[in-house]
Amino acid sequence: MTMPAVSPHVPWTPTESRKRRHVLDLDDFSTQEITDILDSATSMKEILGRSVPQVPILRGRTVVNVFYEESTRTRMSFELAARTLSAQVMSMTAKGSSVEKGESLIDTIRTIQALGADIIVMRHGESGAPYLAAQHFKGSIINAGDGRHAHPSQALLDLFTIREQLGTLEGLRVTIVGDIVHSRVARSNIWGMLRCGMHVTLCGPSTLIGDVRTWQATFPTLKVHYTLDDLLPDTDVVMALRIQKERMQAGLLPALREYSTYFGLDEARLTRLPAHAIVMHPGPMNEGVEIMPEAATSPRSVIETQVTNGVAVRMALLYRLSGEAPAV
Amino acid sequence: MPILLVNGTIIDPDTRQMGLGSLLIDNGVISARFDGQLPSDASVRTAPGTTVIDAGHKLITPGLIDLHVHLREPGEEHKETIATGTRAAAAGGFTVVACMPNTRPAVDSVAVVQHITAAAHRAGHAEVLPIAAATIARAGKELSPLRELVEAGAIGFSDDGVPVSDPAVMRNVFEYIKMLGVPYFGHCEDMVLSKGWGMHEGAVSNRLGLPGYPSAAEEVGIARDIAIAELTDSRLHVCHVSTAGGVALIRAAKARGVKVTGEAAPHHMVLSDRWVLGWLDEQADAQNVPGMSLNATTRPPYDTSTRVSPPLRSEADAEAVLAGLLDGTLDFVATDHAPHSRVDKEVEYRLAMAGITGIETALASMLMLVNRGQISLMDVIVKMTDAPAAFLGRKSTALRVGTRADVTVIDPQLVWTVTPETLFSKGKNTPLLGQQMRGKAVATIYKGTITHQQ
Amino acid sequence: MNERQIMTADEVRRAIARIAHEIGERNGGVGQVVLVGIYRRGIPLAKRIAAAISHIEGSTVAIGALDIALYRDDLELRGPSTHIQHTNIPVDITGKIVVLVDDVLYTGRTIRAALDALTDLGRPERIQLAVLVDRGHRELPIRADFVGKNVPTAISEDVAVRLNEVDGGDDAVMIHRGDA
Repeated sequence: MTMPAVSPHVPWTPTESRKRRHVLDLDDFSTQEITDILDSATSMKEILGRSVPQVPILRGRTVVNVFYEESTRTRMSFELAARTLSAQVMSMTAKGSSVEKGESLIDTIRTIQALGADIIVMRHGESGAPYLAAQHFKGSIINAGDGRHAHPSQALLDLFTIREQLGTLEGLRVTIVGDIVHSRVARSNIWGMLRCGMHVTLCGPSTLIGDVRTWQATFPTLKVHYTLDDLLPDTDVVMALRIQKERMQAGLLPALREYSTYFGLDEARLTRLPAHAIVMHPGPMNEGVEIMPEAATSPRSVIETQVTNGVAVRMALLYRLSGEAPAV
Repeated sequence: MPILLVNGTIIDPDTRQMGLGSLLIDNGVISARFDGQLPSDASVRTAPGTTVIDAGHKLITPGLIDLHVHLREPGEEHKETIATGTRAAAAGGFTVVACMPNTRPAVDSVAVVQHITAAAHRAGHAEVLPIAAATIARAGKELSPLRELVEAGAIGFSDDGVPVSDPAVMRNVFEYIKMLGVPYFGHCEDMVLSKGWGMHEGAVSNRLGLPGYPSAAEEVGIARDIAIAELTDSRLHVCHVSTAGGVALIRAAKARGVKVTGEAAPHHMVLSDRWVLGWLDEQADAQNVPGMSLNATTRPPYDTSTRVSPPLRSEADAEAVLAGLLDGTLDFVATDHAPHSRVDKEVEYRLAMAGITGIETALASMLMLVNRGQISLMDVIVKMTDAPAAFLGRKSTALRVGTRADVTVIDPQLVWTVTPETLFSKGKNTPLLGQQMRGKAVATIYKGTITHQQ
Repeated sequence: MNERQIMTADEVRRAIARIAHEIGERNGGVGQVVLVGIYRRGIPLAKRIAAAISHIEGSTVAIGALDIALYRDDLELRGPSTHIQHTNIPVDITGKIVVLVDDVLYTGRTIRAALDALTDLGRPERIQLAVLVDRGHRELPIRADFVGKNVPTAISEDVAVRLNEVDGGDDAVMIHRGDA
């Protein structure tokens, strides 16, 4: 076994008799289900290209965005996706953790349920929060990011973008470079990419990757390498992740300049990539740190496409979770 | 009123013997012991006022002793009281418990010690030995009135929940208690290395994105306290040892002659960090065979009943802790019974209060290890009776005529399900909820009075 | 399984040829006509009708494909489709004569969804409907303009169209008697 199989015990993983109920992480998605969603997203993208980008399918459904962490872009992406499908959308930003502010997470979820929500899109600073919410909500939950654990819709839109740009997924070689140990984008992408038969190498300062053995205990084929320039000539997709200033302040890094020198994506590094290779970034970018402006805007960069594709993928997810009956 | 326990397997931990026999209990002591089969027409069976308990196919052992429980009173009675905690202890087969001082206020004054012993006496379910706080309010700065507290009944000191972070203060604690002849019960942890932790640092914490509590944080804490205990020639008892490295440090220190002892909690031997994965764990043995195996996959991931300090660690650590218990590095079993209310636990994982309510599942957990052939029944009983008694400086707990009648009757085959209703503790925070266990105390007798009967 | 065949491959071929003639006849030529096949079997049918028209009229007719999954009204009952196919209509339909093509006309709900979808894509001058089989039991006031064969059925029965492009083998139309 090269990577963990999809656990047979997850109660909402689709089987013949059962429809998927939640999207919390990519670890319970089979390769087939990922492919189905990417195919759906292709059709959803077509709708977004129309002069009247709207279809009535989720009319009467209520989607509530519950964001405990600020994020305008992801929230807007989900709002747009829901509205394109004609669902009702409400957004609430809950500042701080339940322990600090008084109302518990469970009470907030129950209140939203009482307001008639069918789907909750949730972002939270604590890993695992959506799993707690899912136990107290009768509808569906989409995890829009929990702590450093998972961001499944981001990984799906990244896979969609790669497939759209390079025509395939299986066998592609990906280098993820940046603050990986704190990154939910990295974790979900690793699940999705390995599930789809891609080769993944993690790159960055060792303090930001963490113990290689703990990574390989879960993902035996995952590779780690600390010199980015070695990897680029054999990379089809390079994905840069944000470096946060707080990491430097926490002593995990020397000055950010050292990071840029050895790991920043600049013009020179781009020339080391093969001709077809693409540059990705989940955003928001710290231009000048992990990626230079000329790299972000180069013809290889698909960063803006990622944003467009995000709406299409999120439409596919909202659609997939709706209705009572299992998928036909 | 006499109690007769008939035709069970009497276990004598001091001589490591077991055999068929019966016990007569009267006036708070064991008044007679009959080895071999007691005939059905024996007159002692029909003596007036005698309660006869059929111990056929059951074990008769000395009352179990647990030297690490949190009774939460005074101050956190919503989680547990001395009455409910000791009632739970009796249900678990225990007749003696030692309670930790992280109450509100902390057990840092004689008045609180007296409150505890009085409340325990009123409830009458078990003997409660208070462990007092080493520092005022467990703040790690000023020494508590240590001598006064020992004279009021404290059996030792701890700031449990936290270590004494300042090594100079730790040294002073060790130096001072030396003259009192009691140990320091160490919660050993380097809190800087473990800062912000959610669970054990390893493959599971990486997968779940939870900040980790590395084994090194416990090892650094244990190493420091061993060094200071060695320096001061004072007694260190390491609580809830959870790491292979920690066991190794204690083993080496004992070999050098340091006055160090240790304890093992059942949850650190029977569970591992993979329980936090719950149904995400595709490797889990998904069968709950009562008395042999547990099914971790019925629990959701990030189930806060798995959050405990120190955390559930790798399977290799669990094996090392059990090995430490077997070879004497760790001296006895102690449950670290830590009840919490729903409000404290039904929050985001990393923010949930740490603790497992363990006193009622401890025996069944240890018997499961016996069934699997990982430890002998005699060793389990010794580590839960004679060994903690010896640590306290008490004479053997053996079931001889004239000894105080603290006796437990255990049915090792009784299958039962862990549910909120079957637990007497107010705390229902155990990962074993929903599991079928095999083995239970069916009668517990404390000072000659039945405190629990199934 | 109680199955009987109600159209052979030859009968399917002749029906398509006749429908192609009728479309040209009704609309005075095919200059403004766009054939839109409804996923799944409507699409190969539309292509065959277009080929027949090209044979008869000598001109090519525009063809499009429509997936109406996102316009259905029965999401609660049926759940989401695993696959949503591309809606791909390569010409602007505003002002055109759109002929929807499907294999079986039954309750009419699929056609209602298709009408909604077309309205979101443009404003045709006229919409007509061509089906291979009309099996009755309409639940909405919808009728077909061009019909291959009218087949009275019981609700417990199931009409299955087999087309070589989708199902392999010979074309056929089968009726299955359902279980009681």
